[in-house]
Amino acid sequence: MISQVFILSSQGDHLIYKDFRGEAGSDVVSVFYEKVTALTGDQPPVVMSHGDLHFVHVRQGGLYWVATTTSPGSSPFTIIEFLNRFSALVKDYCGSLSEKSVQMNFALIYELLDEVVDYGYIQTTSSDVLKNFIQTEAVSSKPFSLFDLSNVGFFGAETQQSKVAPSSAASRPIQSSREQGGRSEIFLDVIERMSVVIGSKGVVLKADVEGEVRVKCFMPSCSEMRIGLNEEFSIGKSQLRGYGAAVRVDECRFHQNVHLDEFHSNRVLRLCPSQGEQTVMQYQLSDDLPSAPPFRLFPTIERDSGGRLLMYLKLRCDLPSKSAAINVCATIPVPKGSVSLSQELSSPDQSAELKLQNRAIDWKIPRFIGGTQLSALFKLEVSGLSPSSLMEVGPVVLVFELPQLTVSGLQIRFLRLSPVQPAPSQRWIRYVTHSDSYILRL
Amino acid sequence: MPYLGSEDAVRELRRALSNPNVQSDQLRYRNTVLKAIRAMSQGVDVSDLFSEMVKACATVDIVQKKLVYVFLCSYATLNPELSLLVINTLRKDCQDPNPMVRSLALRNMTNLRLPSLVEYVEQPLAAGLRDRAACVRRVAVLGWAKLHNLQPDAEIDAAVVNELYGLLRDPDPVVMVNCLRALEEILKKEGGVAINKPITHHLLNRLKESDVWGQCEVLRILQRYHPQSEDELFDILSLLDASLVSPHPPVMAATLGLFLGLCSGLPAVSLAALERVRGPLLAACGSTSRETRFTALCHIQLLLRSLPGLMGAHYKRFFCGYAEPAYIKQRKMQVLVELVNDENVAMLLDELKGYCTDVNPETAQAAISAIGRIGRSYSDRCLEILTGLLGLKQEHITSAVVQTMCDLVWVCPQCSDTVCSALEGCEEMLQDSQGRQALLWLLAAYGERVSSAPYTLEGFIDRVRSEASLGVKMELLTTTMRLFLCRPSETQDMLGRLLHYCIEEEMDMCVRDQALLYYRLLHCGIEETHKVLHGQRSDPSLGVLIGRPAEPINQWAYSFNTLEPLRQAGVETEPASRGSPEHVTFDPKPNTDLSDTLNCSQIEKVNLAGSDGASGFTCSSAKVLAPLSLSLSPALSPEEFEHLWMQRHAEQGAEKLEEEEEDYVCLEERIQFPAIPPCSPQSLQAAMQLVNIQTLAFTPPHTLPWRVYLYTHTHHAHYGSTLVIGELLYIGEASRRVAAVKKGMEDGDVVEGEQEAGLSGRALVRKDGREEEVEVTLKQQPRDDNALKGFLSILTTVLHTLSSESS
Repeated sequence: MISQVFILSSQGDHLIYKDFRGEAGSDVVSVFYEKVTALTGDQPPVVMSHGDLHFVHVRQGGLYWVATTTSPGSSPFTIIEFLNRFSALVKDYCGSLSEKSVQMNFALIYELLDEVVDYGYIQTTSSDVLKNFIQTEAVSSKPFSLFDLSNVGFFGAETQQSKVAPSSAASRPIQSSREQGGRSEIFLDVIERMSVVIGSKGVVLKADVEGEVRVKCFMPSCSEMRIGLNEEFSIGKSQLRGYGAAVRVDECRFHQNVHLDEFHSNRVLRLCPSQGEQTVMQYQLSDDLPSAPPFRLFPTIERDSGGRLLMYLKLRCDLPSKSAAINVCATIPVPKGSVSLSQELSSPDQSAELKLQNRAIDWKIPRFIGGTQLSALFKLEVSGLSPSSLMEVGPVVLVFELPQLTVSGLQIRFLRLSPVQPAPSQRWIRYVTHSDSYILRL
Repeated sequence: MPYLGSEDAVRELRRALSNPNVQSDQLRYRNTVLKAIRAMSQGVDVSDLFSEMVKACATVDIVQKKLVYVFLCSYATLNPELSLLVINTLRKDCQDPNPMVRSLALRNMTNLRLPSLVEYVEQPLAAGLRDRAACVRRVAVLGWAKLHNLQPDAEIDAAVVNELYGLLRDPDPVVMVNCLRALEEILKKEGGVAINKPITHHLLNRLKESDVWGQCEVLRILQRYHPQSEDELFDILSLLDASLVSPHPPVMAATLGLFLGLCSGLPAVSLAALERVRGPLLAACGSTSRETRFTALCHIQLLLRSLPGLMGAHYKRFFCGYAEPAYIKQRKMQVLVELVNDENVAMLLDELKGYCTDVNPETAQAAISAIGRIGRSYSDRCLEILTGLLGLKQEHITSAVVQTMCDLVWVCPQCSDTVCSALEGCEEMLQDSQGRQALLWLLAAYGERVSSAPYTLEGFIDRVRSEASLGVKMELLTTTMRLFLCRPSETQDMLGRLLHYCIEEEMDMCVRDQALLYYRLLHCGIEETHKVLHGQRSDPSLGVLIGRPAEPINQWAYSFNTLEPLRQAGVETEPASRGSPEHVTFDPKPNTDLSDTLNCSQIEKVNLAGSDGASGFTCSSAKVLAPLSLSLSPALSPEEFEHLWMQRHAEQGAEKLEEEEEDYVCLEERIQFPAIPPCSPQSLQAAMQLVNIQTLAFTPPHTLPWRVYLYTHTHHAHYGSTLVIGELLYIGEASRRVAAVKKGMEDGDVVEGEQEAGLSGRALVRKDGREEEVEVTLKQQPRDDNALKGFLSILTTVLHTLSSESS
């Protein structure tokens, strides 16, 4: 059971504090912040203790979401899952997750907490149940402006942490639809995360894909929804594969509300979506990708006579020519004594920068069209360059987004709502693949 | 954050709250209340507003009501009298036709936490249990638990308990689970809610109706149930099978916890359950939430303790992602170390090597020590990587590598040659105290093989005045002492300086005492000093040779799905593995000698030059030995071995006096090896194979005389390779005395060199003692004394470690 729940900003400001069982005072909030900021790098921060009290926390949206408990036998899976679910609820209700939105909607969050947890016991986290109880209207933290739109990436993915942030259209409070006459919309996102390791000789050592199908529903009443996947979708390694176009995943898990009666025959998922965001299906695929990994690197690294390090990097994008990767950033670790960098890049929109505190070069490519090849020549001044310094160069890490593309090949054939919705309902299907960790060894 | 004007702000708020104009305008009233709550959650003390807030409670606006309740529950304990005023409003709300209002009132009534109000609360709570709306019943059920905890000593109302048991059959699953929770708290003294067969089956049948949280709670409480028959047990298990592979990690973990509890007597079933959760656990390891990922990793480490092969095929799932935080990377490396096997070792080391140059020094150090751990089974590959890393000349990497090497030679003495040759030139790169301590330890243990050891030490001693770390000073003392024993001429002067400094100038008591101890020890003569300081060079437990045994599940099952696995710094952290030699002595005798020594009160400068005992002792070992490696190829068949052995044996018998031929030498030696009777052939063979010695034939254990035949090839950098064949012979207690005497007479003939004479002399002295020794007969072809000595020292180390392990 949970004794207290509190939310802190990254600077340690108290945003929300609720005590459920009266087992500890509110001073533990400061104790927690002192502890969490004093940790050294090799201490795992997730669970910390202060006397009889145990802090369990997650970080979401740059905030600390903390639960305390007095019983060391509490399940960490449950508490962490609860904190994640709670932050997802807050995100659904407030539209987005940030210090500002939590501050502005604190009354709403107290109300949520009151319904979600009673006496330290989790009661319900289903938004269908909660919508009957929550009365407070969300305050949108950002008034709509064109300036904000330009800041948000195509899928709003700016950082690793918030990589699945919905685009601005989807980041609005779920309940505002009622009175502000918000459109009744439904978003179906297929999001895949790749983690790939390519060896120095170009051999793919590891290629994993974790995928999710998410529904974000802004419809006040939606009784049933049918999602059709590729007909040649198969699960597990043993199943026979069709002729070429089959989509295969190793493991697949569905949300408990999904009805699978039509899945085995027609690959159709049926469910009654509740308001807000939910993950309908999760799947994973390891090692046996249907297509080649999207990027290859051909490096040449040598020392020149003047004690400089020359790196000639050719990066090839193996996507189909009609797709493109965006926001590509290659991080190339460099030897310790690196001082300065001179560069020759193959097109003007690229940029490269030596980040001394990360000991790495960041090579940024805003848009990389499939089937093309880019190159960069970096000349690096390194003080005290020795033959073994070359060991410090690499591995190269790529961060990118592939809009409108799934690596596994999963496609949504159709999305039908029944009963047929009264006129203005919009259905959006979006695909995106992110790099979770794309490593190219040198 | 309390700010300076907080008092003004409170005054302002009170004025606004009591302003009739504000009170009449619903929106303004609500906003004013909102401001008060905002101030409260920012840490401002707004308890003075209590009476105004009590008034604000009587409103039809539910949002405002909820806000006021948040305030009241926070400050009720400070104002018990004023809180009485709220009760009326609350009780009235409990009659409201709107179930939401009823549940709200009931919940906050019980949240006030005032024992004085209990009498007013009981009646609405009792009514709440029978309410039509499920949401009111949920609140009422938990309300009884809150009430009970307010007055823990009050008598338990049996009627209420009965009613709660009855509500386990409530159609609403949350009410059912809340009943369990409430009964668990109310009946805590009696051991919690009674879990009998009908209740268990009822709960299990309705498990699917609950959400994730309810299921976890039910599964946790069911852990107390003991099925009456095996059939029932298996019925329960098959019912729960679907939950075991649930996509929700909390349910999966709770189910596995229940499985492990129910099957504690059936290890095979438990192991099958562990196999079953592999998929969900791996999925949790790839979760988007890093905290879930971390939790899953910690629990995988638990599982691996009982089922080391569980994740072997999935080792790639534990490769570190680029953007993962350091604490996850470190856990993943700990798991990777466990998963290493012959097929994946190359891939794994390649991956780990990449982490060694990580920007984050902690990650880099964790990777280096992970490589060191793998080095216990695959030492050659790992040492190559480690020595390569030294070339980077980076402080934190060099320090981590030296520490890792130190740990590695402790368990794998056969690595010592490579380590010794890698040590040269490290000392300039070592800045932190742990790294320098490790270097000093290595110099102490293998000083005779590192040619630059005295110079390195000299540097340390010159800087000892500015040395801040206590540990380094202590280690420096020990190292200098031990190096003095094997290389006296080079170290004598610096030892004198160091002892002088430590005794006369050092401020720290520990260092001074240690220096005095050594100083007095030197008084007792070099033999005694050697006995005290001659420590072990390798791990006495030598667990890796046999491989870590799979632990029974019950060892960790109690901590599964609790916070404990997440709190430990790491399952793999070992106790400080390297004992300084002065803490571990081979022979118990010196301790008593030592106390005699300490009794002598007179302190005088020791005559360092007069240690003539040392010169004879060390002359042979002072020679720097070039690296020696053993290998098993070309293989020797038992027939060939027998042929060679018999041939040599015959020759030995015939030309005993002419033993030192060109290409052949025979050596007999005794090694203390008290563990012969319990030592199993398998462990001996495994231990020998690890250092590339092949055992060919054994007598069964517990038979006398006990013999082992073995062979190996030595490869020497300069002198080429030789074949060594040998016999270990143990003749048992009874016949030993005779044999020892006989041997003593032969010693002069067979053994050459002063060291051997000294050793067998000691063996003779101890022949009456409790020590048991094996006779080692070695034959080498072609002759190479250094290689043979090297081989003998490896063999001795293996036997020592084996014997101390089994004792």
